[in-house]
Amino acid sequence: MGVLVLLSLTLITIYFRESASGSLHGVQSTGATVLRPFEIGAERIARPFRDVYGYFAGLVHAKSENAKLRTEVDALRQQSIQNSTARQENEALRRQLRYVDGPRFPADYTPINARVMGRPPSEFEQQIVISTGTANGVVAHAPVVTSDGLVGQVSLAYGRVAQVTLITDANSAVAATDLRSGASGVLRHGQGVGSLILDFVPKESVVKPGDIIVTAGSPSGSKLPSLYPRGIQIGRVSSVNQNDTELYKQVQVEPFVAFGSLDAVAVLESSRTSPGLP
Amino acid sequence: MIADALKAGVVLLLAAVIQVSIMSSIDVVGAAPNLLLVTLLSVALLRGPIFGAACGFYAGLLLDTADLATLGFTSLLLTVGAYWIGRYGETTGRDRFHAPYVSVGVVTVLYAIGALALHFTLGDQASARVVLVDGLLPSVVFNLLLTAPVYVLVRRLLRPLDRGDRSTEVSLLG
Repeated sequence: MGVLVLLSLTLITIYFRESASGSLHGVQSTGATVLRPFEIGAERIARPFRDVYGYFAGLVHAKSENAKLRTEVDALRQQSIQNSTARQENEALRRQLRYVDGPRFPADYTPINARVMGRPPSEFEQQIVISTGTANGVVAHAPVVTSDGLVGQVSLAYGRVAQVTLITDANSAVAATDLRSGASGVLRHGQGVGSLILDFVPKESVVKPGDIIVTAGSPSGSKLPSLYPRGIQIGRVSSVNQNDTELYKQVQVEPFVAFGSLDAVAVLESSRTSPGLP
Repeated sequence: MIADALKAGVVLLLAAVIQVSIMSSIDVVGAAPNLLLVTLLSVALLRGPIFGAACGFYAGLLLDTADLATLGFTSLLLTVGAYWIGRYGETTGRDRFHAPYVSVGVVTVLYAIGALALHFTLGDQASARVVLVDGLLPSVVFNLLLTAPVYVLVRRLLRPLDRGDRSTEVSLLG
């Protein structure tokens, strides 16, 4: 047993200290490729049962959610018409000014769709494994999204598999902004599993429950560009608190993405490079 | 012994694949069942500490490879846990009805504490409250529910050894 414990400690030490292109990472990549068909097979077998469960679970709240969504659709239809006009005006003004901008979401990004093969193994590691890798153009630190919103970023990419660190991970931080008021902060992992908080929001900023939170992109004047382009929706503000002793507001955000039931994601591949700083 | 090793290898491989692909997507009250842990402990109870430790190392490597996690992390925890339960299975837990349940309950708790300590040592942020207060009791309950069917299945594949085949280091008198 002592030999195995020593071997485990040696593996941890070497893996921790080497780069992503190290030999142990290469061995892990090969092993993951070998296991990939088994994981895909198991996921395919389980999917019908999960879909049936999801169908019946969804029926429980279907009626009340239907009424709420109808009201929301009506409001959004009005907003969409106004936004179309504003977007056309925006495009015309950009052309007139010859405005140079970085890659814009979603126009300047190509999605690489992938199936989720492995889900977060524990509360510590909010990471998933997806069925695509460098062979399909996935690179480390690429943003990952679904149609619901931001999921995370690619933390490790091998030939045919990749690891995605979710925005609910304790080590994740995303520059985010309130779509309505423009209040900015850093979106981080909250106290409970899967909860998010928008931190470092100044007390004088106006944030209200129900506001939509999106990625802020790279703030002007920042020397380090953000990993995420501006405008990817993240979630909705569920509560806002502040007290006299804290420097910032406490903003709780409920994510749009259901991280517990991710089946497929899209890795964003940029077709434009960001303009370099002088 | 080779036949047992092959059987255990296949069973643990299947358990690891099911754990990563299916079990980890079950989230009730913030916890998920750990099929791989329960299967490993069943193997260790039936085959002793050395066999259990080797299977623990193998199972941990499988899980770390499938999850693209730090290699050796889960191996360390499962090796120690399986070795200890293998010793328990050879001594006070021998032929006891409650042995699988006690093993699974205790090791689930110790595994969570060990993982928390190891993550802390590696500098990872980990909420002790989430792991030890919110998620631990549901994890124990889930694993105990899995114990009976998994132990019966593993026992069918790996028949309990005769007394003559067991370790002679410890023998109970009376």
